[in-house]
Amino acid sequence: MKTFIITLLLSLTLSFGAQGSEGIKLQKANIDIADNISLLRGAKYFVTYCLGCHSAKHMRYLRIAHDLGTDEKVMLKDIAPEGASIYDQLHSAMNKHDAEKWFGTQPPDLSLIARSRGADWLYSYLKSYYTDPKRPFGVNNLIFEDTAMPNPLWQLQGEQHATQRKTIWGHYTELVLQEEGLLSENEFDRMVNDLVNFLVYVGEPVQLERQKMGKYVLFFLFIFLIISYLLKKEYWKDVHH
Amino acid sequence: MKMNRFAECGNWVLDRFPVTKFWNEHMAHYYAPKNFNFWYFFGSLALLVLVNQFITGILLTMNYKPDAKLAFDSVEYIMRDVSWGWLVRYMHSTGASAFFIVIYLHMFRGIMYGSFKKPRELIWIFGMLLFVCLMAEAFMGYLLPWGQMSYWGAQVIISLFSAIPVIGDDLSLWVRGDYVVSDATLNRFFAFHVIAVPLALVMLVFMHIVALHEFGSNNPDGIEIKDSKDPWGHPVDGIPLHPYYTVKDIVGVAVFLIFFATVIFYMPEMGGYFLEHANFIPADPMKTPEHIAPVWYFTPFYAILRAIPDKFAGVIGMGGAIVVLFLLPWLDRNPVRSIRYRGGVYKKALALFVISFLVLGYLGTQPATPSATIVARIFTAIYFGFFLLMPIYTRWEKTKPLPKQLTDQLELEDQLPVLIATLDEMTELKPTTSEIGDPAFRSNFFNRRPNAEGILNVVSRLAKKVIGSLD
Amino acid sequence: MNNEGVDKSKRQFLTSALTVVGAVGTGYLAVPFLSQMQPSVKAMAAGAPVDVDISKMEPGQLIRVAWRGKPVWILNRTSDVLETLKALDGKLRDPLSEESKQPESSKNPVRSIKPEIFVAVGLCTHLGCSPTFRPEIAPSDLGEDWKGGFFCPCHGSWFDLAGRVFQGVPAPTNLEIPPYRYVTDTLLIIGEESTTEKSA
Repeated sequence: MKTFIITLLLSLTLSFGAQGSEGIKLQKANIDIADNISLLRGAKYFVTYCLGCHSAKHMRYLRIAHDLGTDEKVMLKDIAPEGASIYDQLHSAMNKHDAEKWFGTQPPDLSLIARSRGADWLYSYLKSYYTDPKRPFGVNNLIFEDTAMPNPLWQLQGEQHATQRKTIWGHYTELVLQEEGLLSENEFDRMVNDLVNFLVYVGEPVQLERQKMGKYVLFFLFIFLIISYLLKKEYWKDVHH
Repeated sequence: MKMNRFAECGNWVLDRFPVTKFWNEHMAHYYAPKNFNFWYFFGSLALLVLVNQFITGILLTMNYKPDAKLAFDSVEYIMRDVSWGWLVRYMHSTGASAFFIVIYLHMFRGIMYGSFKKPRELIWIFGMLLFVCLMAEAFMGYLLPWGQMSYWGAQVIISLFSAIPVIGDDLSLWVRGDYVVSDATLNRFFAFHVIAVPLALVMLVFMHIVALHEFGSNNPDGIEIKDSKDPWGHPVDGIPLHPYYTVKDIVGVAVFLIFFATVIFYMPEMGGYFLEHANFIPADPMKTPEHIAPVWYFTPFYAILRAIPDKFAGVIGMGGAIVVLFLLPWLDRNPVRSIRYRGGVYKKALALFVISFLVLGYLGTQPATPSATIVARIFTAIYFGFFLLMPIYTRWEKTKPLPKQLTDQLELEDQLPVLIATLDEMTELKPTTSEIGDPAFRSNFFNRRPNAEGILNVVSRLAKKVIGSLD
Repeated sequence: MNNEGVDKSKRQFLTSALTVVGAVGTGYLAVPFLSQMQPSVKAMAAGAPVDVDISKMEPGQLIRVAWRGKPVWILNRTSDVLETLKALDGKLRDPLSEESKQPESSKNPVRSIKPEIFVAVGLCTHLGCSPTFRPEIAPSDLGEDWKGGFFCPCHGSWFDLAGRVFQGVPAPTNLEIPPYRYVTDTLLIIGEESTTEKSA
């Protein structure tokens, strides 16, 4: 009986262990949504490199300005595209039909992309473009194969090539920088990290406030627990003696 | 003088409306067994969560739009633009999962202490009806955010109806109101989720409690407290629900709220189990997510569905897994209620059932690989075996003699010395090097290191105790 | 059960303490629940200031714009109208707008920054219907006394062309004037307060 259960449990772990090893290992993004400076840089990068095609329609410039401690006027001058109102949402200027024509699909709204994909996935994705002449835009992606999106950051990162490597554990693909970009590797990593950090913030702008508030709520509930426990103990003296 | 007027006014109402009578009958003079333990918190907690769902749900409907074009965006609108909308939404979404945690523990309590047995069968039946309504409520509520998981989950579950011979296809078409899940489906699910099912839930809760108060609660010893009464006609082992269990349940509420608030404020997605990642992508009828899984509380039943290699049989299996629970009062032939006095066969069977429920729940969240499917089949067989073989194995059971009166229930503070002793055994004190503070205090809290030998002893003792308690 | 030796005052104290803490908690929970019924950021965005170009307005013309979802009237008053307004004071309830809502810059007999251009929220101060614009003098349905103004069809309140309420009608105060300012001579912003030095 016992051996039967153990065998079952073993086969369980084995069957799922095999599952997990598939897919490419993601690189870890360094997320800190309390870092307003990084978030503001990320916001600027987002407006410059992403907003052309992608919107973040659930986010308003006003909210970003308030949350990140920036003046509304600075927000409009430095970050928001020209002519935007502080109440505006981050809408892309590209129209639907052009998008379909150019990419064959509509670029998704990025308001919630960090919640559906996760920060590490986005960070790895943006860093994993490589030259592939078979694709319409001449690039492919290691994390999201045959992605419809061209690499918006290629001038900054430079050109990567995919090389097959062989180890005793099997084949894997490595990306090698062939042609240097405008940014050094460290600068580029930091930039992508800022951008992903901003997307994580945009995914749930309230998260910092929520965690701050949680402390007070839990403190209050502990007080409530202590008093209620003392009251219970007092009354239950009638029952136990 | 003024006070008098006020009291008169109160009396005027009380003369015409039986508040006092109701209060005495169901609270102040309602006697409950004095030995309720941890497992008896979940009834009142279920009521608390129900109230939470009602209040937050009503607030959500004020900003939610049940329209396929607007639904997803309106949820994000609540999360961002509505003041405090995020809190209300997280309270509702976390409340849904909390409801099932509480209800599953509440049901397990009933099975463990035989609370469904004569004369309390109807309480169990009403409770099971509540459980079914709750599943319907949760399922339809999950469509409303109109994310990818909402959409495809509803698509899959509604398609189950099409497995029914002859009328199946027409039935699933009728449920959807369209050829696929669409705006029409969303709109009607909203109506059911917000009005119809909550009304049914409230009525069933009422019937559940009325039926309970007719015979009074069962208890961890499973004997009737009404069998021994004091000269005034009160059960010797009973205590009035109010104030004793009201103050006790408030402690339970406080502990529950601490867990509840921790989830809401620090992990509202609960690692993708309470709010699934794919549900942050708007519903797309053209593209199914790579891996679809229902929310965790449905996964045991979903695993049973997938384990059976035939569409119709799978649906029957899934439905059957719930129907057998209804039959429990008639499947269990042993008159002894509580697990404390039942035979080893039943204890082992119940342990296996719990394991199978948990394993099936885990498998339901995972992709269906061939090996996982085999494991799911074995545990599906165990799940049904527990119920269907019950009339046989409960007859050979060698039960233990029942006590005449309730045994004492240990309180938390009674158990503290044992817990501290166990902690002492599992850790060893590191010689102190610091000079700051009171040495005794420091050594007690900060200089403990795990002690391998002690941990092994405790674990093996615990294992022996668990195995021994199965006899 | 044993009720002997019970410390009643301790029970009373703990019960009160728990009640107070519980009430405070409920109160704090009520704040988010109630304030989620307040206008959202979207409503505030719709309440953002509105630009109005008045360069093409003809004398006597009334245009309507939406500000915070409310109708706001902009009326280009002729000198005849301004003359008529002066003669009405005796029939009005609040001719000098002492009890009415308007920005400081519009608190004058003609109730506007520039006498010709009249700006007002087009909602009756009685129960919120939008009065109709009736510039004609002595129409058959309103009678001899009507010198041009706004007439509320819901409950029959009369206002003159400066939004001032007449005596003997249900509306209690003059029409509300929203905050507004001139960016240029022909461009108004409704929803932003005019600063004192500009109006001077």
